[in-house]
Amino acid sequence: MTSGLPRVRGTAAAVFFASIALVAVCIWAAGYDASRAGSAAWNAAFGSPFAFFSGTLKRATPLLTLGIAISVAFRAGVLNIGADGQFLAGAAASVAVALTFSSWPRMVLLPMELLVGACAGAAWAGGAAVLKRRYAVGEVVSTLLLNFVATNLIGYLVRGPLQEPSHSYPQTPQIAPAGRLPILLPGQRLHWGFVIAVAVAIGAWWFFQRTAAGFRMRVVGASPSVAYSAGLIDVGAVQARALIASGAIAGLAGCCEVAGVTYGLYEGLSPGYGYTAIAVALLGGLGAGGVVVSALLFGALAAGADGMQRDAGIPPEFASIAAAMMILGMLIASTVQRARGAAPAPIRSDAGS
Amino acid sequence: MPVPDDLLGAVVRGATPIGLAAIGELVVERSGVINIGLEGAISVGAVVATVAAAAAGPAAGLLAGAGAGLALSLVFGLFVTRLRAQQVIAGTAISMLGLGIAATMHRSLLAGTDDVHVPTLPSFPVPGFDRLPLIGSAFFDQPVPTYVLYLIVPLVAGMLYRTVAGVALRAVGESPLAARGAGRDPQRIQIAAITFGGMLAGLAGATLVVAQAGVFADGISAGRGFIAIAVVALGGWTVRGVVAGSLLFGAVSATQYLVQSYGSGVPYNLLLAMPYVVTLVALAALRGAQAAPAALGRAIEGPP
Repeated sequence: MTSGLPRVRGTAAAVFFASIALVAVCIWAAGYDASRAGSAAWNAAFGSPFAFFSGTLKRATPLLTLGIAISVAFRAGVLNIGADGQFLAGAAASVAVALTFSSWPRMVLLPMELLVGACAGAAWAGGAAVLKRRYAVGEVVSTLLLNFVATNLIGYLVRGPLQEPSHSYPQTPQIAPAGRLPILLPGQRLHWGFVIAVAVAIGAWWFFQRTAAGFRMRVVGASPSVAYSAGLIDVGAVQARALIASGAIAGLAGCCEVAGVTYGLYEGLSPGYGYTAIAVALLGGLGAGGVVVSALLFGALAAGADGMQRDAGIPPEFASIAAAMMILGMLIASTVQRARGAAPAPIRSDAGS
Repeated sequence: MPVPDDLLGAVVRGATPIGLAAIGELVVERSGVINIGLEGAISVGAVVATVAAAAAGPAAGLLAGAGAGLALSLVFGLFVTRLRAQQVIAGTAISMLGLGIAATMHRSLLAGTDDVHVPTLPSFPVPGFDRLPLIGSAFFDQPVPTYVLYLIVPLVAGMLYRTVAGVALRAVGESPLAARGAGRDPQRIQIAAITFGGMLAGLAGATLVVAQAGVFADGISAGRGFIAIAVVALGGWTVRGVVAGSLLFGAVSATQYLVQSYGSGVPYNLLLAMPYVVTLVALAALRGAQAAPAALGRAIEGPP
């Protein structure tokens, strides 16, 4: 595994930059000014300390946490396609807590928001886990459908129980300063959610490399039949736990986004973060370190796409096209590696489903 | 409560795009492949149909939409057969790709400040049938795509159960190795099934624009691709079950409009969530995936 890593990293980098190049060609072919788009993207992602900290790193924060959430599920062979819904569930619950207990001191309110956000995400994924364990409904379909339920639930909350007092906009009021994550660097918009995201990544690394439960999850993901034959592992229970843990981490990401960036809830809070996170996780090889690097690259991509839209009028959806191409690129690369016998198990075609 | 005359018609209208996508996905899944990229094929079908219909009329829109869905699904097909990529992950990427392409085309080709409205297909009463009591006008006074669905359902049923090709396709879905042993080429059969399913998904997307809304909007497919996949499971992987599941979805969406127009006080967004919740509950009630093709979701092992 370790000996294969440099090659995986090189492949991932090649896939990332090849996809960017391909999308650049598409942008050029669609009749936009590609060189202006390129410089706008670079400036928005790396052009200044503000661009790097308040653009790239801020945009990388939810993608890092969600990328770890996806990795946890995928490593156990659970195809959680519903990180978006779990993210939204966490965000909604955190905002509800922050608005309800707005007079509480920060030392109590913030931890409670984080806890409730993680629990809401876990509960949202838990629904899918129960559907799988008790009712034999596959997690792919259930987590996908739950994304749409979550999106509409947010639409209801911001027009109904949580709407701002004047009732003119579909959004919640801003949460009180005590309920917000503090800014990390003065003058920047990077917040403590980034530290939490890195801590989650370190925690995931420790869990998978150093604990028995993490090892069990990896065995189940690598080969459910081996895990079953070994006799000591309840495959279904391990996968349910992985799905719920994945949801909790996604919920935490949602909490950090509302407590650190938006300070409130509105429709379109997640521009498909949960799907982009699949690309983040796969590009990072489902490992904590790899996911950190790939989240930073995707943060730069997102910040760059913001800049391209602002300065060159280029539709931001090009970023999601790029993410889709990266997933496809990693699938091609893993085919090549499988031919050499070195593909990461969880995205092998016979795992999961 | 008086039932509006057109309620049954609304059921059929709601069921048509889902039925088209689901009957296509049924064929795909019976060949052992699950195509999560359906959502992307529907979206691309819808946007391409809008562009084509604006240029050359609604019939061109239907054809172009079907072609676009076919093309996108062909990419998916090559990934899951030739490269043996994990089907769900490849499908998710194809969905993202399709949604991204649709949104980009919408922004750069169609939308300035105004959306492009395209001419829609009129309802076409089938002489004789449209006078049947109760169901006549609902089932036989619809735009052309609904009749396409009426034709395709028996054709697919006949193909799956009464032709050699259909038996071979189902054999690939149960045991690709056995099918190969019997001299069939599983990959070719799967590619054929996937392009057929993609074509119908593109047609479903085109139907949303050219026969129903008359205008493209971001998120127009609204998860219909995923619901169609759920409908296939709900229908127990049979033609009859898929038809029933599509009508159930049509009934849910018609109820949605009905409740809304009666001003019942149920919040609009909760109504919008209803199809997804009903689908999940129905899946749970029928115990999910009991009769799934044995090799569903798995790449074919062994040398190609």
